Amino acid sequence: MKIILRDFKKSLLISLWFMFLTFPLVVVRVNTIENVVVWRWSNLIWVAAGSFFLSYLWRYMLARRNRRRKIAEEGVETRGRLQMLLENEQLRNRVLAILLALALVFPLVFDTYQTNIMVTALIFVVLGLGLNIGVGLAGLLDLGYVAFFGLGAYCYAILNHNFDLGFWFVLPIGGMIGCLFGVILGFPILRLRGDYLAIVTLGFGMLFRVIMENWETLSSGPSGIANIDRPGLFGLEMTLAQSTTYIYYIMVALVVLTIIVTNRLKNSRIGRAWIALREDEVACVAMGIDMGRTKLSAYALGAFWAGMVGVIFAAKTTFINPASFTFMESAIILSIVVLGGMGSILGVILGAFILILLPEYLRAFAEYRMLIFGAAMVLMMIFRPQGLISGLRQVYTYKGHKTHVGVKEQPINE
Amino acid sequence: MDYFLELFFSGLTRGSIYALIALGYTMVYGIIQLINFAHGEIYMIGAFVALIVSGVCTIYGLSGFAILILAAAIAAVYAAAYGFTLERVAYRPLRGSPRLSALISAIGMSIFLQNYVLLAQTPDFLPFPRLIPDLAFIEPVAHIIGTPELVILITTLITMVVLTFLIKKTRVGKAMRATQQDLSMARLVGINVDNVISLTFIIGSVMAAIGGVLVASYIGQVSFYIGFLAGIKAFTAAVLGGIGSIPGAVLGGLIIGWSESFAAGYISSDYEDVITFVLLVVILIFRPAGILGKVHKQKV
Repeated sequence: MKIILRDFKKSLLISLWFMFLTFPLVVVRVNTIENVVVWRWSNLIWVAAGSFFLSYLWRYMLARRNRRRKIAEEGVETRGRLQMLLENEQLRNRVLAILLALALVFPLVFDTYQTNIMVTALIFVVLGLGLNIGVGLAGLLDLGYVAFFGLGAYCYAILNHNFDLGFWFVLPIGGMIGCLFGVILGFPILRLRGDYLAIVTLGFGMLFRVIMENWETLSSGPSGIANIDRPGLFGLEMTLAQSTTYIYYIMVALVVLTIIVTNRLKNSRIGRAWIALREDEVACVAMGIDMGRTKLSAYALGAFWAGMVGVIFAAKTTFINPASFTFMESAIILSIVVLGGMGSILGVILGAFILILLPEYLRAFAEYRMLIFGAAMVLMMIFRPQGLISGLRQVYTYKGHKTHVGVKEQPINE
Repeated sequence: MDYFLELFFSGLTRGSIYALIALGYTMVYGIIQLINFAHGEIYMIGAFVALIVSGVCTIYGLSGFAILILAAAIAAVYAAAYGFTLERVAYRPLRGSPRLSALISAIGMSIFLQNYVLLAQTPDFLPFPRLIPDLAFIEPVAHIIGTPELVILITTLITMVVLTFLIKKTRVGKAMRATQQDLSMARLVGINVDNVISLTFIIGSVMAAIGGVLVASYIGQVSFYIGFLAGIKAFTAAVLGGIGSIPGAVLGGLIIGWSESFAAGYISSDYEDVITFVLLVVILIFRPAGILGKVHKQKV
């Protein structure tokens, strides 16, 4: 009884505090041009009720988290049921095969509009997987990732307009350009601590937009570049619907390629170096890993994918302008990685679908999209830092006195 | 020469505001080694609250300089409350987690607060009422330095003197310095570290709010987005001067203010934001510890 009363009092105080906190911004709305004030008192009730119940939930979740941590410290397995299922390799492969089959028949079943949305989602899947190399595997927080995406898109738009180069020719060039800029930008800053990297990349993202808006001769400024060629297929004439389907299949192929490459990389020598570097830099350097080179490779590789997808994006929309490459896009890509699970390929794919398709189909919710993404990033970090699906990591265990060394995969649980 | 002086004072004005915001970054970083990405948003919220207070006052028939003082006071209280809550909700549960987690949480909070103001208020720019009266004695030199600039310079100067006094001379300041040097040691000698961290956030937020109110009344408009760019610039100022160092933040702020103002005046205003960024990269390459920062050797 006492505890219930105490909790009640606490929640009441919290709700009063939040009523005070949100009062000027949520209740009052002034229009300083027409000199009118609107008092929206009904909002205050929502804030009060919401914060009252959320504070209960918050306390419960924190207690649960701490309980789990204690259990984890004692070495008891804390994997969820989904995690266990995913570790079954046979099952996982079967699920992937089914997903691929579904992806292949998708444009045959649904119309062009749905296919178009799906292409956007797939673009973000690849962007998420690309960023995942930097953020998830190597622990390099990149807040200007969209700049590489934009570089690829502008690369195709400019080359296509000025030199009449085709999609397939520019696709690798876009990737290379992204990669090149990744190296140029990454070289001086990657020796530094992680937080500096975050802010420099943030600045780079901003810089890209400023330059594209002002360098009229190259990028035709804020009005952007229109009439970019769609990808060609041996000079065949295609209708809009056919072309969308074609781009869709290109995207599916690229997603599959990205998954294969990142998956192979993750368990390679350099991939293990990335993960080790993320966990402990000093120990890594002491073990003889070249820190600068390893970080640079992760960063540049991420930039490579972004550049390639940028080319596809430009070919898909046939129109680009600097407004498509703002910090908001970078934030969306980052929340895809964080929500899905840093370092986890399946997680990132799931994250991209949730974050791109949900606002697309729930229009009412679209307005609150960024608000929810921001809150989700904070909540994920506090309550589930490994994301929806945590990354699997190869662990080699010695099984008793048997002569062979068994391979078992375990989640990364810091 | 007049043009030079005009640019000099406009740079000084901007720079002193960047310095005010940069102080918040530097103090928080000094204590918990976290870039408080949402700090720019606190600055924006300060400006918005001031706009709302002064707007309501103007509509109900009040006017004059007193409103600005009232608006600034309420804005400071609210910014402090937001800063305090921010730390409690988004950073305290993550103490002891990997740094990347805290950093992502900070970015999430920044996005959240930006969109919270966007949804609760408006996506457009709102004009901020002109509340600083023109002083008569400054008339002869008004083409070089106007009254708003003078008010900003005096206010920032007072704020910084108060802050220095607070940190150097008071008991609380001593506790803050001790926590900055060694958090666990400070705890061992009986300093309530949690309170010190909360206080640091509150002080930083109050200064950001003062900066926000000054900028809003100087530039004359406010939007939900102003915190983002100001945040990056102030952070650059903090890094430039040496993150963790309080005089460094002021120095960095002034350097950024001047370089921006001279670049805009003599080269082109299109690229004034680029200057900050170029400065940041250059300083990180050649002197990552900043101008006044100490180089820390990492020991294992």
